[in-house]
Amino acid sequence: MSGYTAHFRVWRGDAEGGGLEDFKVEVNEGEVVLDIIHRIQATQASDLAVRWNCKAGKCGSCSAEINGRPRLMCMTRMSVFEQDETITVTPLRAFPVVRDLVTDVGFNYQKAREVPAFVPPADLGPGEYRMFQEDVDRSQEFRKCIECFLCQDTCHVVRDHEENKTAFAGPRFLMRVAELDMHPLDAAETSGLDRKRTAQDEHGLGYCNITKCCTEVCPEGIHITDNALIPLKERAVDRKYDPLVWLGSKIRRRPAGG
Amino acid sequence: MATGTEPHQNSGGVRARTRAAISAPHLRTDRWWLAPAVTAAGLFAFVVYSTWRAFSNAHYYSAPYVSPFYSPCLAENCKAMPSGPNADLFGSWWAISPAIIILIFPLGFRLTCYYYRKAYYRSFWASPPACAVAEPHAKYTGETRFPLILQNVHRYFFYFALLVAGVLTYDTVLSFRDTHENWGHMGLGTLVFLVNIVLIWAYTLSCHSCRHIVGGKLKHFSKHPVRYKAWQFVGRLNARHMQLAWASLVSVALADFYVYLLASGVFDDPRFF
Repeated sequence: MSGYTAHFRVWRGDAEGGGLEDFKVEVNEGEVVLDIIHRIQATQASDLAVRWNCKAGKCGSCSAEINGRPRLMCMTRMSVFEQDETITVTPLRAFPVVRDLVTDVGFNYQKAREVPAFVPPADLGPGEYRMFQEDVDRSQEFRKCIECFLCQDTCHVVRDHEENKTAFAGPRFLMRVAELDMHPLDAAETSGLDRKRTAQDEHGLGYCNITKCCTEVCPEGIHITDNALIPLKERAVDRKYDPLVWLGSKIRRRPAGG
Repeated sequence: MATGTEPHQNSGGVRARTRAAISAPHLRTDRWWLAPAVTAAGLFAFVVYSTWRAFSNAHYYSAPYVSPFYSPCLAENCKAMPSGPNADLFGSWWAISPAIIILIFPLGFRLTCYYYRKAYYRSFWASPPACAVAEPHAKYTGETRFPLILQNVHRYFFYFALLVAGVLTYDTVLSFRDTHENWGHMGLGTLVFLVNIVLIWAYTLSCHSCRHIVGGKLKHFSKHPVRYKAWQFVGRLNARHMQLAWASLVSVALADFYVYLLASGVFDDPRFF
């Protein structure tokens, strides 16, 4: 593919207002959308604000919406578009805009703080943790998260309903709850913290209607819905909605953690 | 500053005041509407067909085949089916189609299924219609309140679905008879029933609740190697839950339609041996 000129529409503005601005810009073989945004910044709009860092799909900084779809700009190849296609780049539309393509993702840090951290087992010191691989496989999948917040951005629970931001942690942080609840050494339960119950009561798991958009946009390919959110919903059912499990827990003693 | 679009006034969601001032509910350029449209059409077609068949109370038995919509048949007004899945639990007072008694369970299983929830929330309720496409509702409480909080009973429908799948397996075994109840025979209908029951079991066992029950609820797989294997097996099926949901939905309708064609005399079952 030789170079060509592409038509870009980039949202520019701030909290006071803004709109889509047109750019004709050169595209070369092998480039990604972030390269083009950088070229616009270098040649036509030196004050264009864009957040980026690694350009390798690992830092999660350059999240944006490209032709209406939440994506990492550095992982979106220009070759996926037709040469005569207009490419629209906007900031994440679930979060307050700061300027141009930069949004205030502070909501996510707030929600991260609300999830109680890993509870170390009382009888093990640093360096004494031993785990079987099959016991940590599930949690390790969730550790691939690069905190790009694309899943938070696309989740309609908060994207389309600002008022739900208080009650709902979003897929990324419900996945964090699942990660800890499935962790073989997390001692939350023995310390009196029931993550299965708090997922529903304090982090708003019930708001999730498992429409899988979080999974669709995850650049790390984490099966957020199938492996984190639905298993967490089933665990919440164990605690709150299943009389047989409740009865079983009263009748026989089960070793902590299973 | 770019063009003079003012911030959004008095509106929510992606048009909330603090968000980037873009008036369009979405900027997607792909055919995002296709998947929910096809899903809605498919589910609607099945609902229409199954409603007609369930209430028709006719043409559901043609020896040795019984329609999966009418099995088990639990009322006195069921057709006589030699060694078939009859059990007169409801007596003579049940006057309408006996299919209604049993269809509640597979219907409940599929209505509360995690895949079908996604399918109908998106395609019928537009909540959301597609990813990053604004939904039309002013309020959203998800599955936190009645009636949607009842989705949490899915595992109980799963238990019933196991029983129904067991009965349909029995029906498939019975299909290895001829019209005079002699064993060791097979017709095209037997093949239809075999395909259907394999898909029904695959869909039932690929259920997310099943995955949780067999092993997903455990914290330490290393202490439960058999359940870990079972969880892995169900997990492999679970990855194809959507495909199995559709395949088994089509196959159960086809199995019923096949029996309908035989029972209404459209053609005779081609016998292999």
